[in-house]
Amino acid sequence: MSQASEALGRYQLSQLDFLEAEAIYVMREVASEFERPVLLFSGGKDSIVMLRLAEKAFWPAPIPFPVMHVDTGHNFPEVIEFRDRRVAETGVRLVVASVQEQIDAGKVTEQTGRWASRNRLQTSALLEAIEEHGFDAAFGGARRDEEKARAKERIFSFRDEFGQWDPKNQRPELWNTYNTRVNRGENIRVFPLSNWTELDVWGYIRREGVELPSIYFSHRRRVFERDGILLPDTPVITREEDEEVFEASVRYRTVGDMTCTGAVRSTATGLDEVIAEIAATRITERGQTRADDRASEAAMEDRKREGYF
Amino acid sequence: MSTDILRFATAGSVDDGKSTLIGRLLFDSKSIFEDQLDAVERTSRTRGEEGANLALLTDGLRAEREQGITIDVAYRYFATPRRTFIIADTPGHIQYTRNMVTGASTSDLAIILVDARKGLQEQSRRHAFLATLLQVPHLVLAVNKMDLVDYSQERFEEIKQEFSAFATKLDVTDLAFIPLSALHGDNVVERSLNMPWYDGPSLLHHLENVHIASDRNLIDVRFPVQYVVRPNRADDPELHDYRGYAGQVAGGVLKPGDEVVHLPSGLSTRISRILTADGEVAEAFSPMSVTLLLEDDIDISRGDMICRPNNRPNVTQDVDAMICWMSESRRLTPGSKLVVKHTTRTAKVVVRDLLYRLDVNTLHREEDAADLSLNEIGRVNLRVTQPLFADEYKRNRLTGGFILIDEGTNATVGAGMIVRAE
Repeated sequence: MSQASEALGRYQLSQLDFLEAEAIYVMREVASEFERPVLLFSGGKDSIVMLRLAEKAFWPAPIPFPVMHVDTGHNFPEVIEFRDRRVAETGVRLVVASVQEQIDAGKVTEQTGRWASRNRLQTSALLEAIEEHGFDAAFGGARRDEEKARAKERIFSFRDEFGQWDPKNQRPELWNTYNTRVNRGENIRVFPLSNWTELDVWGYIRREGVELPSIYFSHRRRVFERDGILLPDTPVITREEDEEVFEASVRYRTVGDMTCTGAVRSTATGLDEVIAEIAATRITERGQTRADDRASEAAMEDRKREGYF
Repeated sequence: MSTDILRFATAGSVDDGKSTLIGRLLFDSKSIFEDQLDAVERTSRTRGEEGANLALLTDGLRAEREQGITIDVAYRYFATPRRTFIIADTPGHIQYTRNMVTGASTSDLAIILVDARKGLQEQSRRHAFLATLLQVPHLVLAVNKMDLVDYSQERFEEIKQEFSAFATKLDVTDLAFIPLSALHGDNVVERSLNMPWYDGPSLLHHLENVHIASDRNLIDVRFPVQYVVRPNRADDPELHDYRGYAGQVAGGVLKPGDEVVHLPSGLSTRISRILTADGEVAEAFSPMSVTLLLEDDIDISRGDMICRPNNRPNVTQDVDAMICWMSESRRLTPGSKLVVKHTTRTAKVVVRDLLYRLDVNTLHREEDAADLSLNEIGRVNLRVTQPLFADEYKRNRLTGGFILIDEGTNATVGAGMIVRAE
């Protein structure tokens, strides 16, 4: 129990202690009731917090499941370096589901044009890896405060044999009693951070002294602007002639596929400064940095129905 | 950031001003962001609606926006310097009773919205009943749209008295009445100047100050064993014999040195240490997730219970419970065979008897009912294949509640609240 809880008075938990206790309970429930769980690890802040929670949930024993990275091939090098280092530190097994391999094998077709992104192709790689490895539960770092379709999703979210989410037919979820039963080929996506907000995640990172990839802090980067989003200058994005590249001080508020993750102008180099900026912003993290949600009002719901994270 | 969390449910329909109220709480606490508001305004405009329809913020599914109704629970988050809040925004229509029950199950407080012009409706009574059935400790009857009745004290008192009379039939522990106008902000965040006759707190002030620390059971020690931590490290003398019993405290306060009893064996031992990854703790209470180390080597596994020698749950295979039935395709009848999940224990169960079905609008007991169908509530006797370590739901929501699962489809088909276990 943290000092924050002690400051509140007897038998009360601070919100971070409450959220941590809930997430740890969820992780132990999965480890108890499923045969082959896996933790989806992108190297982004939410999955980094999940990995930290998994370490704490089973301590002093090792984490009893592997982690999986769905690799679009369009990664920030700093994040891949961080992923490999963190995996080595925890001693956990890493499974990589490669979108590039799916493309090479002709299983999916790469999008073309100005908004081409491998973001949506991740679904196919994810579903195939779940099937190939026989995973029956997959932890995801999604939070309900991120997006309105996610606000509707259960902590234990059932997926049928095609990996589909049926938002109109979700299992009722009462108390902390989770229905974990699946038939072969089906799986449950489990979201231990469901009740966390973006600021809770940052507050927990600060409290736990969790390390983050360097791109979360201010750095100089060559970028260009498209529809209000600062995209990196990289060969994997096709630039129009009138889209001029310039150098700016930026940081990333979310980390995903390079082609659809935007940077934020910032000079915040330390955690406290970053948190102060996020606490003051009037734009959501997905609204500020994700091109993938702009397709339509129900873009996330539609992707989730297909089996997305 | 040392604030605690209050979870509350709002029940009602768009007509009662529920979305407006939630929108206002979020807006005034700066929890609605510019891009969210832009998106809502854009969609409202496309549909030819005037202004921003705040219901679009909470109705996150395509089908909900198409039909203009709330179907499933949406969770929303906001914080003030005093507290962090989780809203379970639940649908009000009878057709979605199971979703309201779901939202209420984890709530500390429920807000029941009433339109001051219409007064108590069948729906308001049903919401109040469901909130008390799920033992939500604090109720607020929010009399909304006071602006449309000229902020009339008389009208407010009338509704208050009518509800108070109805509430005597329910098991209500804490009930507050607040007159407000969600649209104009009267008594939502700030006390209203339009109702000088009202001397109570604003809704937000009430939410920030309602005392919830004593709602959790701190008396009956209940530790359902969730997971056995065994590092299996032959090389490390510290960890060689380590066996930790991990779980989330469901009741009472545990301390190192306490004498405890293991169920089902009935064997006694003492807690030697209580651990988290951050180190040893001096006491553990609900909802902390901890690991217990015990002095004696007892065979303990998931689904077992640790409690105190003179304060044990009922160890029973016969359960008398209220059930909210949640299946669209199957009915509950005497003889139904199901799976029960209660704390960390899963077993098979057969419905022995359906004592009555409850009319959720009138609270009338229909004793000749033959079955329960979707969204119906009734009292049943169950026989479980192995003993449960159970308390009355009134005493402890975590050790008194259970879910029922259909073995064929794996669907969650019912929620149970134990009335008697012996």
